[in-house]
Amino acid sequence: MTTATSAFDVARIREDFPVLQQMVNGKPLVYLDNAATSQKPQSVIDTLVHYYTSDNSNVHRGVHTLSQRATEDYDAARSTARQFLNAASDQEIIFVKGTTDGINLVAHSYGRQHLGPGDEIIISTMEHHSNIIPWQVLCQEKGAHLRVIPINDAGELLIDEYERLLTPRTKLVSITHVSNVLGTINPIEQIVEMAHSRGVPVLVDGAQAAPHMAVDVQKLGCDFYVFSGHKVCGPTGIGVLYGKSDLLEAMPPYQLGSEMIKSVTFERTIYNDLPYKFEPGTPHIAGAIGLGAAISYISDIGMDRIFAYESELLRYGTERLSAIGGLTLIGTAAKKGSVLSFVMDGVHPHDIGTILDAEGIAIRTGHHCAQPLMDRFGVPATARASLAFYNTKEEIDVLVKGIDRVIEVFS
Amino acid sequence: MSDLNELYQEILLDHNSKPRNFRKLDQANHTADGYNPLCGDRISLYLQIEDGVITDVGFQGVGCAISRASASMMTQSIKGQKLETAEQVFDQFHKMLTEPDAELDYDQLGDLETLAGVAEFPTRIKCAVLAWHTLRAALEGKSDGVTTE
Repeated sequence: MTTATSAFDVARIREDFPVLQQMVNGKPLVYLDNAATSQKPQSVIDTLVHYYTSDNSNVHRGVHTLSQRATEDYDAARSTARQFLNAASDQEIIFVKGTTDGINLVAHSYGRQHLGPGDEIIISTMEHHSNIIPWQVLCQEKGAHLRVIPINDAGELLIDEYERLLTPRTKLVSITHVSNVLGTINPIEQIVEMAHSRGVPVLVDGAQAAPHMAVDVQKLGCDFYVFSGHKVCGPTGIGVLYGKSDLLEAMPPYQLGSEMIKSVTFERTIYNDLPYKFEPGTPHIAGAIGLGAAISYISDIGMDRIFAYESELLRYGTERLSAIGGLTLIGTAAKKGSVLSFVMDGVHPHDIGTILDAEGIAIRTGHHCAQPLMDRFGVPATARASLAFYNTKEEIDVLVKGIDRVIEVFS
Repeated sequence: MSDLNELYQEILLDHNSKPRNFRKLDQANHTADGYNPLCGDRISLYLQIEDGVITDVGFQGVGCAISRASASMMTQSIKGQKLETAEQVFDQFHKMLTEPDAELDYDQLGDLETLAGVAEFPTRIKCAVLAWHTLRAALEGKSDGVTTE
């Protein structure tokens, strides 16, 4: 068992990621767009190749050997995801396409079932569009209202305001664990406790938390937790929706088809048990197995060690970027994940992005699918460097040099 | 690096920091808004057109250096021009960015030629053409706005 304090051999870890060993525009790639998607270790790539090379088959159907292997691996991936979130049972783990899909599932199934005219759903100012629009449209459909928890200038939720927004009309709280723009780590346990004391369930968007810290859904107490595989070093098109089994049991299916049924006649259909009730059609088998490999990979490194290492990178990056004249960090919460969003005087983020790309540095520029948050800070867009456990302080130094180059071009 | 220097030429940076005709025209009789949802660039374009001639033009908005410079240069190149001429410049400009081997009339393009380097940055072409699509919308009377998507 490794501990958070043992040496973190980032050079060794980087060897596991073939994509990092390349030149971009004549410079060694510095990949700082991890909040958009993470890179894949060789073990995940090998798992996908092995699956398609040796085991490819449909799951839960065939009596033949390949189908049994695929089914075993698919089910094992579910168990791996359960352990990763410390969920109580495998049936609480639903494989979905990703975070967006998971939120849509809950909005369509739980939301449609429980929301009525005049009811309210609480989100926050810092939500990704994926945790705004499904609720906005649901509210419009049901004559319900969306309530938004405001934030302070550092990018922290105003908990007193949240308290005021919780009323007998509140039917659900849907909140991000970590902001994709600000990096703010929200006090989920407190948010859940306050909601539960009024009988209100909570969905947590874990897209930016699951890759960076240990997540224990039982400790958090949340009712739903969603994350994307591709942000935790897994394949795209796969993700996990965790839901408490009593809630999932009572929810109607989201999509209808095969796999999610027990028996079908032309008169009626009996739905399958959890989790299959929510997994119609042939699932993304390779994706789920690849996700299992990805979770095993990062879990072997240790989520607490990853968090500790990235916190040190963040501290270093914050210190270096703060020292640059004319650069303003957006998102300065006391509790923060490894995201560095910034704007520069007289230079649009898009121009920053293009100049950094010429230096081999990949960052994201734009509104990061959080336009209401951009409005809150009065900026049309930001530049965002988002760090992962395979990044280094040397790469932050390259970023700072790249920013110097931006200043030079625009001086 | 040479591509980057080609992209951010001095003339472009000058138009970015000191955009020409950067104002609202109260007497405008053709207007349109343009929006690039990818990066959040916004432009409002104001035209005064009399007897088929663009007698005055102004723009406002927020955007990257390429979109601002392109808008600024565009206003310079179409001000005082007949509508047909403005259309011709549009075609020349569009060809310059999207057809590498096109024969171009550099006299007609003027300062706009400095934006030729954008062609090497496919993700930035939308920035350069935003003002121009907004111009077309204004001329066609689509005042409710255009996007580059």
